Amino acid sequence: MTQTVTNPTGAAFDRDPLLEQILGPTPGQMLRRRVLGHQGLLIGGAVIALLALMAIFAPLIAPHDPFAQSLMNRMEPPVFLGGSWEHPLGTDHLGRDYLSRLIYGARVSLLIGVVAAVISGVIGTTMGVAAGYFGGRVDAVVTFLINVRLAMPVVLVALAVVAILGGSLTVVTTVVGLLLWDRFAVVMRASTRQVRAREYVAAARAVGASTPRILLTEIMPNIANNLIVVVTLEMAHAILIEAALSFLGLGVQPPTPSWGLMVSEGKTMMLFEPWLVLIPGAVLFTLVLAINLMGDGLRDVTAPENRN
Amino acid sequence: MRNETKATNPVLELKNVSKTYSVKQGLLGKSRPLTALRDLSLRLEQGEVLGLVGESGCGKSTLAKILLGLEAPTSGEVLVDGAPLGSQDRLALARRIQPIFQDPYSSLNPRKTIADIISLPLRVHGIGDAASQQAAVREILDVVGLPSRVMHTYPSQMSGGQRQRVAIARALVMKPDIVICDEPTSALDVSVQSQILNLLADLRRDLGLTYLFISHNLAVVEHLATRVAVMYLGRIVEEAETEALFDGARHPYSEALLTSVLTPDPSLGVPRMNLGAAYPNPIDPPSGCAFHPRCAKATEACARQRPAPVVDEDGLIACFHPNGMAPTRSRPAEAAPRLSASV
Repeated sequence: MTQTVTNPTGAAFDRDPLLEQILGPTPGQMLRRRVLGHQGLLIGGAVIALLALMAIFAPLIAPHDPFAQSLMNRMEPPVFLGGSWEHPLGTDHLGRDYLSRLIYGARVSLLIGVVAAVISGVIGTTMGVAAGYFGGRVDAVVTFLINVRLAMPVVLVALAVVAILGGSLTVVTTVVGLLLWDRFAVVMRASTRQVRAREYVAAARAVGASTPRILLTEIMPNIANNLIVVVTLEMAHAILIEAALSFLGLGVQPPTPSWGLMVSEGKTMMLFEPWLVLIPGAVLFTLVLAINLMGDGLRDVTAPENRN
Repeated sequence: MRNETKATNPVLELKNVSKTYSVKQGLLGKSRPLTALRDLSLRLEQGEVLGLVGESGCGKSTLAKILLGLEAPTSGEVLVDGAPLGSQDRLALARRIQPIFQDPYSSLNPRKTIADIISLPLRVHGIGDAASQQAAVREILDVVGLPSRVMHTYPSQMSGGQRQRVAIARALVMKPDIVICDEPTSALDVSVQSQILNLLADLRRDLGLTYLFISHNLAVVEHLATRVAVMYLGRIVEEAETEALFDGARHPYSEALLTSVLTPDPSLGVPRMNLGAAYPNPIDPPSGCAFHPRCAKATEACARQRPAPVVDEDGLIACFHPNGMAPTRSRPAEAAPRLSASV
């Protein structure tokens, strides 16, 4: 939140420490303080940032080609179970380096999380804000659609669609994105209704501001904090659904490295080499936990009055 | 003063305006009509301050919304300078009529700076460039008595009184003629109320504004208004010059409202108003005169038939048993320092 200083006198005033003391901190300063004081948000954010960097720079970091098979080196255990540093996390049943596959797998998980959250966010926010702002018939239609969507079991529908269209990253992402908009719609509808009743919206209407302008400059900034929280929750949700679909063999297809697929491929050996399942499972768990920590943190930090 | 009021060019006029909402009762209940305004007529003359008083739920705020064009009346006509409200350009109307709302904590967008809030009308109407808008904001801040350094602060950094000054600045930045004040002081501390009222009075004098001043606080109305209309359950029951009304209300309801004003002396206790029943349910209004279940003077005729509003030289009255012009205050001595009590 940067201040819009448009003239030299204003700028001089803004930097006057005495004046800041009198006026107290700006909302931006208070937000910064709350962010830095919130452990869950910092930890979650750091883990996500780490995994994101890992995904972006995968070709530079990965020690091996994630697709290179070596039947001579199948099922090598990770370092901590007596393996060698050549393959720090061991190799899978085709002799592919597990660490490299894990690093490349972060790309799939994060991509599906972000893209699915954006698709469902656009659909759900549009519907929710329209329903909350216009009310009446629009609201009735949207509420009906939300109920229809809530009556459908996500994994079952995704399974059916993927089974028909064939599993690929694009299909899975799109299907998940088209299925997860319900929470966006519900939350945005409720918060828009709340904000709409505020007098500053009536004041903007009385001034003659157009509906798009009111939605963009009066409503959206005041419901954005809820939106951010739902985005994080749905990201985690999408990542888990992708992993579940891949585990069931209907998600991302081999040999693409995906964490869900790695768990699936490791499950036949689970009783003999449990780390094949545990390592991708633990990373998946960490990512989803980090996203949820960040979501909770963002809620606390952006709307401290709404805690609990 | 009285002759002025009889002038024939009202800037704002309501003709037989009714507004009905449909209210749903319970999950499966049928929706029933709630009539917020019933056949209401009102004139606002250039340069006057019309005080509109009444209890919560009598339709005061609905009236404000209709005048601002935020809601359309179910029936009847709203005329601005003699032309119907609906036929006029929304932006042109916005330049003439602006609101000041009750709650300065809800009327300022918390995510915007003060400069953004005040310059919104200018930006919507495309008046001037960024630099001249900044200049206009500075100027209007000075008019409402705020230092220009607050431009880059947020509403959360300001007190209630300062926020209300910002709301007034936003309403006045386009130099409107008519300002609809919807209880502009009732959310403020008593100590701040008088500052805001004096500011409103000064602005009216300096800028030649016309106010419709909605309030449930009679002391505030007496301080500012030139003419007062008393509303009860969606209707005007009495309308008179401020002095005349405060010297001797003719409608029993106006009388009860005047009596209900608290005094500064706590030993006098809460005034007795002789209002037996509670405020009626607007979905299910009483027969005849809507006020009859609470009225000490009510007769059988009041329950059967609604008294038609009568316009005479003193204003308007809708009652079968109006008081005479003699002072009717039950406690004139205690009631005199009302202004200091609640302003």
